[in-house]
Amino acid sequence: MNDRPLVLNDPQAPSFAVNRATMVDPEILKLERLRIFDACWIYVGHESEVRAPGDFKTRSVCGRPVIFCRDSSNAVRVFLNTCRHRGTMVCREAEGNAKIYTCFYHGWSYDRDGRLDGVPGENAYPKSFRKSDYGLAEPPRVESYRGFVFLNFDPGAVPLDDYLAGAKEYIDLVIDQSPSGSLEVIQGTQEYDIRANWKLLVENSFDDYHLLTTHSTWLDYLKNAGVKMQRPDRDHLLPSHGIGKALGNGHAVIDNVNFRGRPVAKWIPVYGEAAKPEIERIRAELVARLGEARAARVADTNRNLVVFPNLVLNDGSSVTVRTFHPLAPDRMRVLAWALGPREETPAARAVRLDAFLTFYGPGGLATPDDIEALEMVQSGISATCREVPWSIMSRGMEKTGEQLNSDELHLRAFWLQWDKLMRTEPRAAG
Amino acid sequence: MKKTATRGEIEDFLYHEAALLDAWRLDEWLGLLTSDARYLVPSNDRPDADPANTLFTIADDIDRIRGRITRLKDKNAHAEHPPSRTRRLISNVRVVGRNAKELRVESNFVIHRFRRNESIREYVGHYRHLLRIENGRLRIARREAVLDAMELGSLGLVSFIL
Repeated sequence: MNDRPLVLNDPQAPSFAVNRATMVDPEILKLERLRIFDACWIYVGHESEVRAPGDFKTRSVCGRPVIFCRDSSNAVRVFLNTCRHRGTMVCREAEGNAKIYTCFYHGWSYDRDGRLDGVPGENAYPKSFRKSDYGLAEPPRVESYRGFVFLNFDPGAVPLDDYLAGAKEYIDLVIDQSPSGSLEVIQGTQEYDIRANWKLLVENSFDDYHLLTTHSTWLDYLKNAGVKMQRPDRDHLLPSHGIGKALGNGHAVIDNVNFRGRPVAKWIPVYGEAAKPEIERIRAELVARLGEARAARVADTNRNLVVFPNLVLNDGSSVTVRTFHPLAPDRMRVLAWALGPREETPAARAVRLDAFLTFYGPGGLATPDDIEALEMVQSGISATCREVPWSIMSRGMEKTGEQLNSDELHLRAFWLQWDKLMRTEPRAAG
Repeated sequence: MKKTATRGEIEDFLYHEAALLDAWRLDEWLGLLTSDARYLVPSNDRPDADPANTLFTIADDIDRIRGRITRLKDKNAHAEHPPSRTRRLISNVRVVGRNAKELRVESNFVIHRFRRNESIREYVGHYRHLLRIENGRLRIARREAVLDAMELGSLGLVSFIL
């Protein structure tokens, strides 16, 4: 597979193209599982999703069933959800609070710290059998950054803090929306499949080139509701200025002057007159706490951040945490949540959630058209990728300096890291 | 003037609503709603929650319902262009509460959705309707479509009116 180029990058020409086989070939997905998903820091969940000792959520991360939980000392833990005896999933509920995790098959039970506690008929095992050898397995590395918990199946991986590189600045901008610096995932999970390759959602999550054509009905909705939009400046496609930026290690962002409103803290008519004083109060708090300049940075720009490879923080019409995993070359499972400041008032929370739904999610006024676009790409390329092998991604390549959000520097940053990792032999185990 | 409705009348009304939606007669469907109507689809993992404090799939007030209809009638609503074909089967209609002004009605639905060359997608769940009698006619003040699937998963989108 490595004998064919998958990403063509020629800065001299200049040209940049991605081989469509990357979206179609099952062998590439197999290799991605090893060289991308088992080599990178992968998002598991947010610490606010589990709060008290024994709280757990079960989910699938990198194809493994995991228990994302708090142990007896209230530390966040991640266990592989498989009994050490014969392999049954020991926790079969989506969420809850567990005193012990009991495998129903033969009755082995594990405490909140993952230690093997009960073994029915233990005396039949040989003398060499020690329960302490059979605790629930854990991924080699679990680390968190400001509440966002990641795992890594590569024991030799760089620390999460180094891995996140320039993405931290943009995570911090989200965190700054909370007076206490603590955000929470709001209950209600949007979990749905897209019949497309997972990398198409990476591209789509911060591709502003598509906004006008894919989302014209959403823009019309805003305009009809009284949201003012400028005619784009010269060389711009969008109603406001915005840039694309690479942040290191494949992470990248679009960073836009806001025109679409923000629950923190830029009122638009869609929110209704009644919400105006609350949004102004939030704005005043931001200014008092952060100063005018930082407050404007937080409130008057919106940002779509991709943390390589599969975490998206859309800090736009609301804040979305979105992660996704491939199920097949042409299919992915998406999990998305709304994130908000923990101390938000009920009124502000309601505005945040309402603003979320104007754009995002499987029933929103915009996301469904993104999904349609991705599925139509997949349908377009699946059977034609030998005849039409290349997708071009060279917007902005001849520019020096700043690149716009409708250029493709940030998409190229993702693909260059992807290509680098796909060419990297994994470290020898052990 | 009529002050209440029999179950037969309510069933006829729900079947009429279903027929309008299946035929994409969306403006006529809007005419069945009160001026303060809400349309809700809860997230699959929180079927009984409040949209003020829980992320839903859809939580429209009347303004966004109207905006949604405007959008769906536009050929640039790509997720529904060409439109899905849907067929709704509604049954087990029960009046679960009534007072002088309003009726609370629950019913089961199976909605088959077809689109292009896709195989069937089957949305199964129940409706919770809050109905009012305005000028002698039944009108919808609130309709909540609660899906039974544990997650949307392979159903994908709720881009049509559920």
